[in-house]
Amino acid sequence: MTTLAETKAGRGSTGGAGRDVPPAPPNKPRRRKSHGTQWTAIGFAVPLLAYLAMFYAYPLWRNIDLSIHDYNIRAFVQGDADFVGWQNYVEIFSSSLFMQALTNTAFFTIVSIAFQFSLGLALAVFFRNYFPLSAPLRALFLMPWLLPLIVSASTWSWMLNSENGIVNSFLSAFGIGQINWLTSPETALLSVTLANIWLGIPFNLVILYSGLQNIPDEVYEAASLDGAGPWRQFWSITFPLLRPVSAITLLLGLVYTLKVVDVIWVMTAGGPGSSTTTLAIWSYREAFGTGQPDFSPAATVGNILILIALLFGVLHLQLQRRQEAR
Amino acid sequence: MTTRRAWWKTGLGLLFTAIMLFPVYWMFNVSLTQTSDLRSSPPHWFPWAPTFEGYQTALDQQLPALGTSLLIGVSTVILTVLIAAPAGYAIALLNLRGGRVLSFGLIVAQMIPAVVMAMGFYAIYVRLGLLNTIGGLILANSTIAVPFGVLLYTAFMAGMPKELLQAARVDGAGAWRTFISVVLPVSRNSTITVALFAFLWAWSDFIFASTLNRNGDMIPITLSIYQYIGNNTTQWNAIMATAVVASIPATVLLVLAQRYVAAGVTAGSVKD
Repeated sequence: MTTLAETKAGRGSTGGAGRDVPPAPPNKPRRRKSHGTQWTAIGFAVPLLAYLAMFYAYPLWRNIDLSIHDYNIRAFVQGDADFVGWQNYVEIFSSSLFMQALTNTAFFTIVSIAFQFSLGLALAVFFRNYFPLSAPLRALFLMPWLLPLIVSASTWSWMLNSENGIVNSFLSAFGIGQINWLTSPETALLSVTLANIWLGIPFNLVILYSGLQNIPDEVYEAASLDGAGPWRQFWSITFPLLRPVSAITLLLGLVYTLKVVDVIWVMTAGGPGSSTTTLAIWSYREAFGTGQPDFSPAATVGNILILIALLFGVLHLQLQRRQEAR
Repeated sequence: MTTRRAWWKTGLGLLFTAIMLFPVYWMFNVSLTQTSDLRSSPPHWFPWAPTFEGYQTALDQQLPALGTSLLIGVSTVILTVLIAAPAGYAIALLNLRGGRVLSFGLIVAQMIPAVVMAMGFYAIYVRLGLLNTIGGLILANSTIAVPFGVLLYTAFMAGMPKELLQAARVDGAGAWRTFISVVLPVSRNSTITVALFAFLWAWSDFIFASTLNRNGDMIPITLSIYQYIGNNTTQWNAIMATAVVASIPATVLLVLAQRYVAAGVTAGSVKD
């Protein structure tokens, strides 16, 4: 009987990732029983707790500290910066760059996600039915996601090169003249977004594909018998049944895309001008991108970025929890 | 009829894969191109006259960087597993109080942008003298993998058959003994997944390397490629050759450990 209770409770916490809502009562007796071993549990968790305190909490606190002081490079080393309160935040919000960085971030994120998701979903549906070579081909699709970002970004830079890039060479075959993908303010943001879409397709494909595996074949068979074609099946079965997984994929993608630095930085460094400067790039550039590090504004932008990410992050957890509860 | 239709899908699949992997092919193609042909118009679609001069240059200059990346990757894996495995054990099997709050915190931790972490680390490392050190970079890199590792271990260990643990208890094994001789061996697949991702993330890291280690004597391959691009933009065959070499771990892992990759991607997000 104890075994049964324990297995049940154990399964309840399989989520582990905070998505578990095990019923409280059956947990209680177990807690009391294991009271003596609570120190053992803490002992095993101590490395993690110390680690989190030193390498997560402390850097984050330092970051907040940076954003409410006026740090120049001297004060940075000596640690005697003036306290300025919200002033850094006021300056960032009233900066002319803020609106541009915000719209760039919104464009980069929303367009990336929209295409990554729809292409990933289309491919997941395509790969759902087994056909010869489907497994190895699906594995190859993971490739872009596994490559170091700097590798992909530099490859895309060279492909989009104005004079010698393969993309312009290909387009010229159709009579399209030279496009300065990365060096003209009109197309730079589009170009980095394009590269980022390519990078994100594998992630969406893998998650959505595993979501599709959970839809029983019988549902499709029944629909086929009722005379529903593939298009009808997608909109009446796949899409609605995949909605919870889709929501999670989208939100997770959103949180990940918000913090992208590598791709943009390697391809355009936020330029030309500030046409590809997102919030993350802005923060990176202020702190590390110029010869003169300006940590206070950088940390301020970083903290704003955290707030936006957490907003969607909490939404993600909420959704996941609701899905779990059903 | 079904087979014919299936093969038709295979053809389409091959086409999609070809389009998707074109940039990877292009990297490979450029890496084998003669320097004199790099700027030819139109570019050569196939490496008809392959040359290894790009690889020659790349290996002459990049071998130390590759070694550094390997060292960083392996150390990050060890550090990550050392911290994550016992923590997963404590949360999943020893009923650590506040385990759920901790798990929640770890999910949130994964959402913190690396730029922000880099600034925090920079501010701390300046004082501690850890800037431009390999150790500092390993610590920073592990922050990407530790939350993921703990969550993955917790999820797996919580589903472990309880009979196993009871048997160990009956045999008189303590918590430590149970962990070492029962829980860890059974969690082998989780360890492989965690190690794989920790290695890949550390190997691919650019943000921490370019902020915490930019003036270091030993720089990882990602930073080396970046500096390469900045210094000389004419030798793209050498740059792409370096990029190909830097992609080797990803390729090897894709071939050898594909199922662990898929498992890791989904574990981080959706319960299947």
